[in-house]
Amino acid sequence: MASQPRAKPEVEGREVAPHEREAEFSTMSGHPIEPLYEPGDAPSDHEADIGRPGEYPFTRGPYESMYRGRLWTMRQFAGFGTVEETNERFHYLLDHGQTGLSTAFDMPTLMGYDSDHARSLGEVGREGVAVDSLDDMEGLFEGIPLAGVSTSMTINAPAAILLAFYVLVGEKQGVPPEKLGGTIQTDILKEYIAQKEWCFPIEPAMRLVTDMIEWCTENMPRWHPVSISGYHIREAGSTAQQELAFTLKDGLTYVERALERGLDIDDFASRLSFFFNAHIDFFEEIAKYRAARRIWAREMRETYGAKREESMRLRFHAQTAGVSLTAQQPLNNVVRTSLEALAAVLGGTQSLHTNSFDEALALPTEEAVRVALRTQQIIAFESGAPNTPDPLGGSWFVEKLTDEMEAAAYDYFARIDELGGMVEAIRRNFPQREIAEAAFAYQRELDERKRIVVGVNDFTQRDEVATPILRIDPALERKQVERLRATRAGRDATAVEAALAELKRAAATEANLMPPILDAARARATEGEMIAAMQEVFGTYTESPVF
Amino acid sequence: MEAATARKIRVVVAKPGLDGHDRGAKIIARALRDAGMEVIYTGLHQTPEQIAETVIQEDADAVGLSILSGAHMTLVPRVVELLKEQGVDDVLVTVGGTIPAEDIPELKQLGVAAVFTPGAGTDEIVDFIREGAAERHERGS
Repeated sequence: MASQPRAKPEVEGREVAPHEREAEFSTMSGHPIEPLYEPGDAPSDHEADIGRPGEYPFTRGPYESMYRGRLWTMRQFAGFGTVEETNERFHYLLDHGQTGLSTAFDMPTLMGYDSDHARSLGEVGREGVAVDSLDDMEGLFEGIPLAGVSTSMTINAPAAILLAFYVLVGEKQGVPPEKLGGTIQTDILKEYIAQKEWCFPIEPAMRLVTDMIEWCTENMPRWHPVSISGYHIREAGSTAQQELAFTLKDGLTYVERALERGLDIDDFASRLSFFFNAHIDFFEEIAKYRAARRIWAREMRETYGAKREESMRLRFHAQTAGVSLTAQQPLNNVVRTSLEALAAVLGGTQSLHTNSFDEALALPTEEAVRVALRTQQIIAFESGAPNTPDPLGGSWFVEKLTDEMEAAAYDYFARIDELGGMVEAIRRNFPQREIAEAAFAYQRELDERKRIVVGVNDFTQRDEVATPILRIDPALERKQVERLRATRAGRDATAVEAALAELKRAAATEANLMPPILDAARARATEGEMIAAMQEVFGTYTESPVF
Repeated sequence: MEAATARKIRVVVAKPGLDGHDRGAKIIARALRDAGMEVIYTGLHQTPEQIAETVIQEDADAVGLSILSGAHMTLVPRVVELLKEQGVDDVLVTVGGTIPAEDIPELKQLGVAAVFTPGAGTDEIVDFIREGAAERHERGS
């Protein structure tokens, strides 16, 4: 049993009511929470700091009517095995009322290795779908008209190649690039910081990101070429404040690169979108989203001179926290995910992925995915939460937390600037070290039971019932390797060689790499071949880890 | 216990495969180091060959393999096999990560001493490695 409430006379540095439990009153990020919040805690300038939904600084939401106008997109991340299995799951999700697609790629695809590469052995189709060439991408979206769906693709280092595949699937369906809607993650900075799936050194990787922003600005007005992601930073163990600060600073770094390229802020800023974690500390998360919108709006207008409101409006996707899920008593995860999803909705998310209760064990089963989707539908249609924008706006507590969240982010911005900006800070392991420290501190709190995770370090249960899990058939790897062989056998080898040579040549110049990547993709060059061609010019990346 | 304290326990913490999830590996590496052990963290994206070589070169008492990618049934047997091929049969091999319960017996049969799944405390892991390494030292390896 948990420790019973005990009266404690005082806590360091502040007076407390005599009836408080002996507990740490702080957020999961360690941010202290006062005994009470009162009117004096709210910001002094309501108009400048809070305002109205849909108006600068967008603290209360990017749109005036929020979910009264349009509910968030329910977007479950899916992908495993070969494209046939994932295509089936896509159809399943669309048939059950999902409104957008989100593709998870396997590790070899994320790292730029073809499925028959030695490094891919045992990893093909395990954590996502394997995509090696345009043939695979065509199979992935078989029977799904791209004109009518918005697609999200979680891929970073090789993002330009996967975008090219997608554009060509659209071309085959008769949908031109300007009609394609969706998001590709492309956020390489957070890869070096947290997610650790890379192909090239930082500078050429940044050049590729900027090439994509530039190309999409000209050719894909409905597409989001970068989804600036805090999700993985948080999953790697950061605090909420670090997630906010590092993510926004990454975003500002992409903005600066695009401006250096000669783009106008108002031509591309509205196409940048964000991706945040929805963790278990309810009010801290809501404050994080509200602070994010305010900081971004201020920076776009005050620092970078944006004039269009669209450029200042931060829009984001949220995913509930994978790390908050427990392998113990997995049904409890349905409750965790519900709370996290509700925080994202009250914080004004534009789209949402809810994790499935069995994900601390393996990839989710169809049943678990259905419960996760139903969780969103219950919030949307039963809870009443979407009835008014920013329902917690004006709460002294939430406004105060929002202010403190913003201040913490600016503190980090200053420290990163002192190091010479985000790229240099990453080279010096600054964000990596901050995250490792936070992750370790949190684990110590669990070990010492200063923080309780139900079913893990308290309220445990012996003889747990086994949960059925999704097994990936090892035969799928062989099947994918066969698909790849068929692609290689069926293409014009001379055309492929010429296209790869051209890509390599362009990589050595300052030319935008999207056109030669599109040409190589059309010739059915594989992802691994294109990455290898670019690596001949760019080199590879190895980190010196800190722990 | 004399033998156990004569030399610091040496542990290789390794990330096999393409999996970039290093939160757990780094926490364990730090906890082992704080417990007075000598920790060699391989960094990410290691092949089984690279890991076996590190274990041998460092004359490690234990190796902890951290895998969250689902590729454990390919990668772990390969590391164990490579160690055996090189005549190394007394290194304590442990695995941590999202390992389904039904895979654990097979991993243990291969010679894995322990599998730590999500929620395992660092103290439990530190104690396990300390005891296992002490036995190895007593045997005089």
